[in-house]
Amino acid sequence: MTDTTPLTGDSWRRTALYAVLVLLVVFYLMPLWTGLMASIKADVLATAPFLPPAPGGFTTIHWTRAANALAGGLMNSLILAIPATILSALLGSMAAYGLTTLDWRYQVPVLMLFIAGIFIPYQAVLIPLSKFWASIVPISDLVGIVGLQGWVGDLIGLIITHVAYGIPICTLLFRTYYKDFNDEMVEAARIDGATTHRIYRRIILPLSVPMFAVTLIYQFTQIWNDLLFALVLVGPGAGAPVTVPLSQLGASLSEVGFGIRMAGAFVAALPTIIVYVLFGEQFAKGVAT
Amino acid sequence: MRGKLATFVRRALRRKRARTDGGEVATTSRSEGFLSDEFTSSLPYWLPPFVLMGLAVYGAIVWNFFLSLTNTTGFAVPNYANLDFEMYTRAFGDPVFLGALQNTFALLIAFTLLCLVVGMLVAILVDQGIRYENTFRTIYLLPMALSFVVTAQFWLWMYNEQNGLINIILGVVGLGPYEWIANPQLVLGAVVFALIWQFSGYAMVVYLAGLRAIPTEQFEAARVDGASTLRMYWRVIVPQLKGATISASVVLMVFALKAFDFLYSLTGSYYPPKGSDILATMMVRQAFVANNRAYAAAIGIMLFALALVIIAPYLLYQYRAGEL
Repeated sequence: MTDTTPLTGDSWRRTALYAVLVLLVVFYLMPLWTGLMASIKADVLATAPFLPPAPGGFTTIHWTRAANALAGGLMNSLILAIPATILSALLGSMAAYGLTTLDWRYQVPVLMLFIAGIFIPYQAVLIPLSKFWASIVPISDLVGIVGLQGWVGDLIGLIITHVAYGIPICTLLFRTYYKDFNDEMVEAARIDGATTHRIYRRIILPLSVPMFAVTLIYQFTQIWNDLLFALVLVGPGAGAPVTVPLSQLGASLSEVGFGIRMAGAFVAALPTIIVYVLFGEQFAKGVAT
Repeated sequence: MRGKLATFVRRALRRKRARTDGGEVATTSRSEGFLSDEFTSSLPYWLPPFVLMGLAVYGAIVWNFFLSLTNTTGFAVPNYANLDFEMYTRAFGDPVFLGALQNTFALLIAFTLLCLVVGMLVAILVDQGIRYENTFRTIYLLPMALSFVVTAQFWLWMYNEQNGLINIILGVVGLGPYEWIANPQLVLGAVVFALIWQFSGYAMVVYLAGLRAIPTEQFEAARVDGASTLRMYWRVIVPQLKGATISASVVLMVFALKAFDFLYSLTGSYYPPKGSDILATMMVRQAFVANNRAYAAAIGIMLFALALVIIAPYLLYQYRAGEL
């Protein structure tokens, strides 16, 4: 119900409604706020966690340290997330075209296999996956032949892994989009004798731009945020994506290092926050599918 | 199934298709099955992604299943000669496994239910035709865009025993301070609360889509009948959100099964806080710390089985409803 239906006892009700909504804003932003405050206080414990630093107690040292500690990780995450995102979106779009716009029998069971792939717990494939990259296709040794560091190989393996496990969700996103396409254009092109490749390139791809935006935003966030694959396939070291060093910052249960921890959390989350602020609408679409 | 689309294409395919060379070919219709030219021409599109995904998902699961029937430990080469279910029987005699299983279910049920309730309430509030609706929605969904590693850092600070905001707030009403993370009795509840903070925005988005799909007349009709707002929602609106509830709960439940990242990040190690070990964390620890590879594989398979119990009925339901 998008149009407002006036409520009885109107004005105080509206006031109460907005009060609750604002309280919810406080609830959802509070952990970020206290984190931000802790990250700019010279002494984290000097003032209450929700208060800004006392006069003279402001510092950027935590941010500087965190940025230095995580710079390499940020770089690795970018090298990982950008190609993996683009590839999985492209493959998802292709699969959805072959299973939706092109209509043939038994495509629904095939589609089901794709969709079930969205939900598998990665714990069920983790050991074969790590063995595959360790001994069957030891990519970190292979890149040594062309004179690259081993961790570059690990990152390449991680990219391929994210593409493979990203295909199901990307396929589903494009599938829901292509399902509602008006077929007349495709049909007309077909009657004109256009090949399926031509139809895909000239008609479907240009029309897919909004869905590409949704899929790219969603996948980028997912891949950037992942820890499990990064930990198991690359691990700590030169090639580690940013989530790995972040999980090791500071001592976990004491107050020691909370400043750098919080600053680190923001540094690592910055790209995803920027993407979210700019493309929140697309992200919400990707999430809701 | 795909009603409109299917009939359209079928009708279209029965037409003669003009060829560029001026001749005419009778096109095969779908009912002639597998080797229609539609099928052949679709192969280059879906087969490569299917092979890559199929190997990674289904190939790996099959391999993992066979590995779970061996007795592989350490760096030994798995011996696939004598396969048995020993690892599974071992699991059900292992108190650590049983504890993790219990925690997994507790987390799954509490987290899913509470997330749905919070998400639905927030969605109903946002759906009251408010101003700045987009801003509110965006803020509520923001935690969902953050990595679990990031949110775990924020919540470690919130839950800090002496100086965390949670204990300071409770201190005002004379409670605490509690050791939210270090106390095995409290940690699971603390984790559930933090995850609800992160995921209720997702449930809200799904419910909002469901609410927007309900025709306005229904709201009007209930109002004309003089039903109170509360009654109207409870009787008329909530029952129609069944679809949204089902799809949101499937996603939430499957997530709860594999919630590894958040628990790992609370300690920065493979040993999550005492009292919060779930199957997902136990599996990774058995595989990469204790090196009990066959045992870990068996735990992975059991997680997969649990996920299957959740998603198989869901996919069937979607298929029947023609949603696929």
